[in-house]
Amino acid sequence: MTDQTEVPPGQEAYQPASFAFDAESESEIVVHLAKYPEGRQASAVLPLLYIVQKQMKRHTGSAWVPRVGMEAVAARLSMPPIRVYEVATFYLMFNLRPIGTWHLQCCTTTPCWLRGSDEVVRACREFTGIAGWGETSADGMFTMTEVECVGACVNAPVLQVNDDFYEDMDAERTRALLAALREGKPPAPGSMIGRQTSAPEGGPTTLTTLAFAPEA
Amino acid sequence: MLADQDRIFTNLYGVHDWRLAAARRRGDWDGTKEILARGRDAIVDEMKASGLRGRGGAGFPTGLKWSFMPKQSDGRPAYLTVNADESEPGTCKDRDIIRHDPHKLIEGCLIACFAMGAVAAYIYIRGEFHNEALVLDAAIAEAYEAGLIGKNACGSGYDCDVFLHRGAGAYICGEETALLESLEGKKGMPRMKPPFPAAVGLYGCPTTVNNVESIAVAPTILRRGAAWFAAIGRKGNTGPKVFCISGHVNKPCNVEEELGIPLRELIDKHAGGVRGGWDNLLAVIPGGASVPVIPKSICDTVLMDFDSLREVRSGLGTAAVIVMDRSTDIIRAIARLSQFYKHESCGQCTPCREGTGWMMRVMYRMVEGRAEPDEIDTLEQVTRQVEGHTICALGDAAAWPIQGLIRHFRPVMEERIAAYRQRSGAPMPLAAE
Repeated sequence: MTDQTEVPPGQEAYQPASFAFDAESESEIVVHLAKYPEGRQASAVLPLLYIVQKQMKRHTGSAWVPRVGMEAVAARLSMPPIRVYEVATFYLMFNLRPIGTWHLQCCTTTPCWLRGSDEVVRACREFTGIAGWGETSADGMFTMTEVECVGACVNAPVLQVNDDFYEDMDAERTRALLAALREGKPPAPGSMIGRQTSAPEGGPTTLTTLAFAPEA
Repeated sequence: MLADQDRIFTNLYGVHDWRLAAARRRGDWDGTKEILARGRDAIVDEMKASGLRGRGGAGFPTGLKWSFMPKQSDGRPAYLTVNADESEPGTCKDRDIIRHDPHKLIEGCLIACFAMGAVAAYIYIRGEFHNEALVLDAAIAEAYEAGLIGKNACGSGYDCDVFLHRGAGAYICGEETALLESLEGKKGMPRMKPPFPAAVGLYGCPTTVNNVESIAVAPTILRRGAAWFAAIGRKGNTGPKVFCISGHVNKPCNVEEELGIPLRELIDKHAGGVRGGWDNLLAVIPGGASVPVIPKSICDTVLMDFDSLREVRSGLGTAAVIVMDRSTDIIRAIARLSQFYKHESCGQCTPCREGTGWMMRVMYRMVEGRAEPDEIDTLEQVTRQVEGHTICALGDAAAWPIQGLIRHFRPVMEERIAAYRQRSGAPMPLAAE
C-alpha cells in the first residue's frame, strides 16, 4: 500500500489548474514545428516543453513544467499525455516543481571535482542556507541542483546559473556571484578570472601567427 | 608541434568574430560549390583517403561511414544527424567549435549531406549549451540568408536544410540510436542494432550520425586535400585533433594538436605542465571518463592517438585528457565517475540499470576502505558481467574506469581496506548491496 500522506505526482498543491500558450510561445512553436517532416511533429516535444518552462518563468518567475503544461504539449502535438509525461520526467532539464529565481546547477563530476567543486558547493550552501540537493532557499531566490558534467571542463569548476555558465570558480568568486544575483545583477557569464574562453591562462600557445584578410 | 598554418579551427578561442563575413575571411565557404561539383563519389573517396577517424570517441573511419548510405533512394529521404550532445566528462571541444567556428560545422553539414544524398541535417545539441545554441541558430539563419544552405545551396542545384534541435540533459542521447529516439520525441533509449541507422535511422529512413568535429573538419580536408590531412599525425591516426586538458595542470585549456603527439609534450607545451611538476603526476584519464585511467609510468611515453592508447589498454575516446596529481584520491575520482554512469543509465537493460548502481555503492565503500579485500575481485567480476551485455556502450563505459583502477591501483585499494580495518578493529561483514 502506498503511504496515505503521499500525493500522487502531478496532483501536488502547487500544480496550477490550467495552462495555455501565450502569444510569445505560439510564435516560437511555429518555428519549431516547421523543422520536422509532416506527421513527425512529436519531434517537437522537447522544444515545446522548453517553451512551457520559459513561459512559466515569464508569468510566475519560476522556470518549471506543470502537469497541465505537459498536457498542453500533448494536445498540440497529437500525442497521448503519457508520452509527454515520460519525456518530461526522463530529461533532467525540465523542472517538475517550482524552483527559485536563480537555479544553481553545481557540476561535481570528476573534472570539476579535481579543480575544487566541493568548495563551490560549500560556498553555495553557506550563502543560501540550502542544505540538500533540489531544495529552494527560504526566500525563494535560489535552488541548488547537483548536475553531471556540463561540458566546460577546461574551465572547471563550473557553476551553471539558469542558462549561463560561470567558469573558473572558487569559493570567493562564488560568494561574489551569489551576492550579485541576489541584487538581481547577474555578471556576464564565462570565465570569472578573465581568461579568453578555453585558452590557457595568460594567453594562447597556438594561433598566434595567423593573419586573416582585412574587413572589406 | 603542429604549425598554425595546419590548424583547422582558426577561431578556437573566439578571438575573432564567428559571424559569416568574418568566417569567410578565415576561409570558410570558399569554393563550396566547386567541391560539390566534384560529385558524391569523389568527395567520399577524398574523405576516405584522408584517413579521418570519427572524433566522437569510437574512431570509426568517417569516409567509410559515409559510403554505407544507399547510393539510390528507394523513395525514403536520407538524413544526416550531427551529434552535438557533448557530455563525456572532460570533453568540451565541440562547444568551442559551435560557439566560435559555427560556419565550419554548417558548411560541413552541406557537404556531408550532399555526399550521402541526405535532404537535411539535424544538429542535436545538448540542452545545457543554451548560449552556444543561440550562436549556432543565428549562424544557420545567416547561411540560409546568404543562399549557402536551403534551396539550391551555394548555387549547386542541391537542396539541403540544416536544423538545430536541443536536447534536455541526458548523457545517453550521445549514443547514436538514443539520439535518434530523442529526436523523434521519445525517451533517449538506445535501439538494438541491426538494423543500423544507415538502413533504418531517423523516422525509419537511412541516416548517418557524425560527431561535430568530424563534420566540421570535412570542408578543410576537401579544400586542402586528403594528402595534406594524411601527412599530419601517424599512419592510421591522421590529422589534427582538438584536445581538452583538464584537472591538475597549471593552465587547463583546449588546443588543436597533431594526433600522435606525446602526452607529456601536450601537457607541458600547452597546459603549463602538471601542477607541481611532471614527477607529481599520479595518473591520467586520456580520452574522457569512459576510458581506463593510465598511471604515470605509461604517461611518460605514450602517444596521443587511437592505436597507441589502445596498445596500453586505454583509448583516445574524445581526446579529453583529465590529469590527476599525487594529491588525488584516485579511488574517489573513479567512484565519482561510477556515480555519473549510475545517474545516466537509461534503465533499459538490467545489467546496466542494476550494475551501475551496485558498482557505485561498492566503489564508495572502497573509498572508505569499508570492504573485504576479496571484494575487489568481486567488483572486477561484476564489471565483466556488465561489459558487453547491454544494448549500448554505456555499460562498457561504466565498467572500464573501474577495471583501469583495479589494474593499476589495486595496492591503493588494499591499503585503504587495511587502514579501515585497523581503525575499526574488526573485519567487516559483507554488506548485501
